[in-house]
Amino acid sequence: MANNNDLNKNSKVNVREMIANNKEKNSLSNITEKLVPTLLFLITAVSILTTIGIIYTLLSEAIEFFRRVPIWEFFTSVELDPFGPDPEFGILPLINGTIISSLIAMAVAGPIGLMTAVYLSEYASEKVRRTLKPLLEVLAGIPTIVYGFFAFTFVTPILQLIIPGLSLTNILSPGLVIGVMIIPMIASLSEDAMTSVPNSMREGALALGSTKLEVALKVVIPAAFSGIISSFVLAISRAIGETMIVAIASGSSKDFTFDITESMQTMTAYIVEISSGDISTGTTMYYSLYAVAITLFVFTLIMNLLARYISRKFREEY
Amino acid sequence: MEHMNANQVQNKMSTRIRKNSIAKGLFFLSTIFGLIILVILLVRVFSQGIGWLDWNFLTGRLSTDPEKAGIMGAFLGTAWMMLVIIPVTFILGVGTAIYIELYAKKGRVQSIIQTNIANLAGVPSIVYGLLGLTIFVRLMDLGNIVLAGGLTLSLLIMPILIVSAQEALRAVPQELSEASYGMGATKWQTIKKIILPAALPGILTGSILALSRAIGETAPLTVLGIPALLIPFPEGLFDSFTALPMQIYYWTLDAVLTEEYAYLAAAAIIVLLGLMLLLNSIAIIIRNKFQQRL
Repeated sequence: MANNNDLNKNSKVNVREMIANNKEKNSLSNITEKLVPTLLFLITAVSILTTIGIIYTLLSEAIEFFRRVPIWEFFTSVELDPFGPDPEFGILPLINGTIISSLIAMAVAGPIGLMTAVYLSEYASEKVRRTLKPLLEVLAGIPTIVYGFFAFTFVTPILQLIIPGLSLTNILSPGLVIGVMIIPMIASLSEDAMTSVPNSMREGALALGSTKLEVALKVVIPAAFSGIISSFVLAISRAIGETMIVAIASGSSKDFTFDITESMQTMTAYIVEISSGDISTGTTMYYSLYAVAITLFVFTLIMNLLARYISRKFREEY
Repeated sequence: MEHMNANQVQNKMSTRIRKNSIAKGLFFLSTIFGLIILVILLVRVFSQGIGWLDWNFLTGRLSTDPEKAGIMGAFLGTAWMMLVIIPVTFILGVGTAIYIELYAKKGRVQSIIQTNIANLAGVPSIVYGLLGLTIFVRLMDLGNIVLAGGLTLSLLIMPILIVSAQEALRAVPQELSEASYGMGATKWQTIKKIILPAALPGILTGSILALSRAIGETAPLTVLGIPALLIPFPEGLFDSFTALPMQIYYWTLDAVLTEEYAYLAAAAIIVLLGLMLLLNSIAIIIRNKFQQRL
């Protein structure tokens, strides 16, 4: 009993001490509690600052460019000759090259990606789907420089056997290879959209005697349409921003042409070419980088916003 | 009274069924089309490069003589850049994800930050190159050194890491943090001792995958003006450097003149892909090892 009292006495003292200790500790941890959110907010601000930095650097240098080259001329001229004695800066050849390479890419990736998505979501068993999907994603993980090498040293020579007039650098080969690169993107995003179509709709159609093909074409694709379109738009945005494949395999011709067997330059490849050469700050050529880059930036931004708008606005809720 | 013609129905049915099986075959072919290309690409690269992949190539210096050229410099450059990228993206990515998921008030601010990150993820990598060129190389006057390259690539992969860290944080069961609060822990204590450890495998997996994306990036480095010249091996963050993808780029361009350079490029691609495979395997191992927990 006495022993027990002793213990109680001791523990009373301990509790007081503990409270005192805790208060001391708490004041320290109170500071941490207040400091941490501020610190984390500052870290988060970096992502906002990155956006501001991108827009600010592109815009300020592009404005300097438009002081030297009229904006009207830049966006309407088909003459691009930055290295000539009398330099010309019309962006249309680059926009043309960009659109053509993206169209070729989508001609490959659109149908193949969509059919892949239909197969994975409507036909494949769970087991097959689980093996094929990660394998397809490997395709998206290959660095673009490797695709560039592949386009230049393998696809172009093979295409030259089929199309005799094909030049060593041409827009066709990189366009096709970009297409292969974005197949997984379309397949995976479209498949997600198709998988989220409720099974009851499929079962309804199947019960009426539809084949799986009819279910896919008349029920699943219409229901998942907004998701599919938004995956296409995102893929186009990826194709527009793709750099190394075209920089290697499409050469640097700045002619305004629609002949896909010829070399064409995209906006991205132009930036690589101009910045790789050791250009000095302050030249019109240097500023033209930013004018082209901001055009590219606006192109991809519009595509990305459009993709999000489509998938949000036109989503069918079930 | 007209009756349905059994023959007609049978015919129609069989065409529909045939169409279905043809389509199924077609869809399957499309699915493996990508994989076939992948196999061709890998076989091609390996058959071209494997013969050149020897000790001399791995440890040698860059040389104008293809027989003697090595990639040690490029490899070191990539390794040094990783030393910048890993801490910078980890702090930026995880810090931002914690703020958005656990501190930011739901509503306007959070949705602005989230939209901003989604947009950043869609910006072409070459634009990041111009940002790095303007801010790091010219404005801060760093020149085309390891630090400038590393910071540029860090910003590039930051959105990827933020999104995967957010997913990892969100996957931590609510009960865990509630139990922690119930025991009297403060918010930061809960985050530090409960949420972060639970989310760490997911965050690590995401970080490694983002890192593997970064080491394959070429476009921003070309804009920064990273050379592939006979420069000394980089020995620190402030040295000039070249990186594996840059080396592949220059060798591929040179292949027009001398065929051997194509083989060198292929051998360097094997090294790059090997490095990425290693990183991805580590990520998968981490994920599998810790996934069963929670």
